[in-house]
Amino acid sequence: MKQFLLDGQPVPFEDGQSILEAARQAGHYIPSLCWHKDFPAHGSCKLCIVKAAGRHVSACATPAKEGWEVESATPEMNGERRALLQMLFVEGNHFCPSCEKSGNCELQALGYEYEMLTSRFRHFYPDRPVDASHPDVLLDFNRCIFCELCVRASRDVDGKAVFALTGRGINKHLVVNAESGRLGDTDFSKDDLAARICPVGVILRKGPGFAVPIGERTYDGQSIREQKLKEEES
Amino acid sequence: MSALPPNPAAPLQAILRRHGHDPSALLQILIEAQDIDGWLPAPALTQIAAALGLPRARVEGVAGFYSFLYDRPVGRYRVLFSDNITDRMLGNRALLDALCRKLWVEPDKVSEDGLVSIATTSCTGLCDQGPAMLINGRAIGQLNHRRINEIAELIRQQRPLDQWPAEYFHIDDNIRRRDALLQLDMLPGAALAAAVARGREGWLAEMQASNLRGRGGAGFATAVKWASARNAAGTRKVVVCNADEGEPGTFKDRVLLNTCADLVFEGMTLAAWAAGADSGFLYLRGEYRYLRPQLEAVLARRRTAGLLGKGILGEAGFDFDITIHLGAGAYVCGEETALLESLEGKRGTPRIRPPFPVTHGYLGRPTVVNNVETLAKTCLIALEGGAAFAATGTAQSAGTKLLSISGDCAAPGIYEYPFGVSIARILEDCGASDTQAVQVGGAAGICLAAYEFQRRIAYEDVPTAGAFMIFDGSRDLFEVARAFVHFFAHESCGFCTPCRVGTALLRGFMDKLNDGHGAKADLADIDWLDRLLKNASHCGLGSAAPNPVIDTLQKFRPAYERRLVSLDFEPAFDLDAALAEARQLTARDDPGAHLQTHEEDGR
Ligand SMILES: Cc1cc2nc3c(=O)[nH]c(=O)nc-3n(C[C@H](O)[C@H](O)[C@H](O)COP(=O)(O)O)c2cc1C
Ligand code: SF4
Ligand code: SF4
Ligand code: FES
Ligand code: FES
Repeated sequence: MKQFLLDGQPVPFEDGQSILEAARQAGHYIPSLCWHKDFPAHGSCKLCIVKAAGRHVSACATPAKEGWEVESATPEMNGERRALLQMLFVEGNHFCPSCEKSGNCELQALGYEYEMLTSRFRHFYPDRPVDASHPDVLLDFNRCIFCELCVRASRDVDGKAVFALTGRGINKHLVVNAESGRLGDTDFSKDDLAARICPVGVILRKGPGFAVPIGERTYDGQSIREQKLKEEES
Repeated sequence: MSALPPNPAAPLQAILRRHGHDPSALLQILIEAQDIDGWLPAPALTQIAAALGLPRARVEGVAGFYSFLYDRPVGRYRVLFSDNITDRMLGNRALLDALCRKLWVEPDKVSEDGLVSIATTSCTGLCDQGPAMLINGRAIGQLNHRRINEIAELIRQQRPLDQWPAEYFHIDDNIRRRDALLQLDMLPGAALAAAVARGREGWLAEMQASNLRGRGGAGFATAVKWASARNAAGTRKVVVCNADEGEPGTFKDRVLLNTCADLVFEGMTLAAWAAGADSGFLYLRGEYRYLRPQLEAVLARRRTAGLLGKGILGEAGFDFDITIHLGAGAYVCGEETALLESLEGKRGTPRIRPPFPVTHGYLGRPTVVNNVETLAKTCLIALEGGAAFAATGTAQSAGTKLLSISGDCAAPGIYEYPFGVSIARILEDCGASDTQAVQVGGAAGICLAAYEFQRRIAYEDVPTAGAFMIFDGSRDLFEVARAFVHFFAHESCGFCTPCRVGTALLRGFMDKLNDGHGAKADLADIDWLDRLLKNASHCGLGSAAPNPVIDTLQKFRPAYERRLVSLDFEPAFDLDAALAEARQLTARDDPGAHLQTHEEDGR
């Protein structure tokens, strides 16, 4: 079988497999936010950045190549990941202590994993009003990281296209499929895949808030690294 | 969705019908639909979505991406001042302020009677005859206070644009130096006839021998690109001419399209002959929309002459035609995969590569994307042969290069030189003196200081897509870099984290320095952002965005250090500035309406 070297360790891969998939399959963690095993690579968050044959590439979107030497868990790459996380934090409004997703949030968990102690950069404090128009689901746009997982899930799995991105650059933002701009005026349902796929705290179920107490949530007891590798095995 | 939208009004229906209700024409439909009211009201988006069978959110997403599409009313006269650094050096800001004052309107707002709105826009490609503006999509150059007065009066009188003095809309070519391409006087079809006579293989071999490399920036071997598309599996191959020309300071493609459109279209047809393509697109930046009628006329003439259409030059199976697609104010759409997305009627977000356009391009078909100048040059190769072309220029850079020269010099305009020409020679030819720096290749390019003026224009030394902006000793290179950083932040597509957030952060740091709140620590943060943008960005926009800062920090560091308050850290937040709005509302500016934020200030 073909293989490449990830931080010096051999990783086997099949043709067409991405660096990230092959690594995870072999029990090595490369972080991700916009990647999801059931969807094609998106390549936007850049958390999965690695150095392959001396060049920076997105591990989720780059097919593995025989004999490549790939650097991932180095101080340099982890430093870049930490900066990307800091960018995502200052770009939105993330007040984790009051966020229903806290403990289940991949962004927060990655912040811990990559030892992000401060937000470092100036906060943007964008003005992004919440949308509580839907009977079952609340949208808190303040936390969106634009991974487009909801966009893809709604369009490709739910067959509804409830979400889309508009605007450009730092003004990019999520919109829903209604002239009123309100989720309540779309055909969105709490049973949609899109209702469950957000890695952060944007798309939230109304009603059963804080059903699992803080302290017992997914990433409270274990790191995102351990959790993601466990998911890989199952 | 609940109630069905009402049927579109007749003008919108006509637009939809003209585009065959084709979802991939979405961007073109939006551009034309906007002509109805000057902006795109929400119900219009709903109707367009329904008529095309697209989710409304997708239509909103596309409409929200492009600078020239508006989701709220704009003035009946919509004035956009070009805001390249060269426009600024020629005083565009003062002219903008003057026009705003005369018409009683604030920048970025609509006057209360809905008559006029005034704002800025990225470089409109008239740097050799700036300061420039676009008014309802038509370009006016050589602005000065007299002209601004007249324009204010015409707007106040609500005179239709067709009745404005024609000389306003006259755009000069300003061709100052001609070489192989600009000297060429070719009968339409002559190059094509020569290539067809050689056969497809023979023509490709000629291209191979020419060593022609792309003039759009990356310098990729054109023959290799064409051959890859030709060898790619799939039918209905496509040739795209990239006329997005968004790089600040570049305007040579505008001149080529204005004066030698036949060479450009003939080049596209030559590419189609080599690659076996049957459809072509000219992706014309929205800023050049005023060129469209004359370009359509050239296309019509070529169809009549049998140079486009079925069986070109009587050659059975050589079928090819060209459609013009408009952009709508998005620099990133010059990146070839973003361009393809835009051509398909989507947001201009660069694709993941591989796969590359030559195998999976427009609608998944094998696609050749080439720059305007690259394509025009292929006519020379068809006429005179690959070897003759390869014999000019330098070892790795065959042929000539068109430079768009602007800034501090006596004779700005278009200069065509064989590759290998030195910066010093160019400066001398265009009458530049006391030159402090030259920005070659636009905002994304390289900033050269005087000690580098012996370097040469060539892929192996100073590569360039053609921009050449000159700054004399009176200019502040920090201001230049800051203008470019603003440009990139404005133009970032927002897809990837490093560029979306990084360009906005970099803009914040440059503004902080500019406002006199800079500290040493900021320079370290700027360095770090530069590195992250370079390394981690998804496309060339993000990775080039720090270039102006990297170069000027290295070569003109005092311009930055002058702006530092001598502290290790200094907050960006200015309490006194935060009160500006309150002062404006209360019409106060007395000492009591100000806060003293610095101890030094207090003393
Ligand atoms: C942000 C960005 C903007 C670009 N803008 C243009 C452009 O306006 N015109 C152009 O020809 N190429 C532009 N390019 C380069 C194109 O991606 C592509 O390389 C080029 O069109 C290929 O043509 P060529 O091989 O003839 O140079 C741009 C690239 C990037 C990354
Ligand atoms: S709402 Fe959530 S899933 Fe959707 S783009 Fe934002 S972060 Fe991603
Ligand atoms: S680098 Fe900038 S322009 Fe390019 S994909 Fe990323 S956000 Fe978009
Ligand atoms: S996981 Fe690869 S870019 Fe987001
Ligand atoms: S804790 Fe991450 S978005 Fe709420």
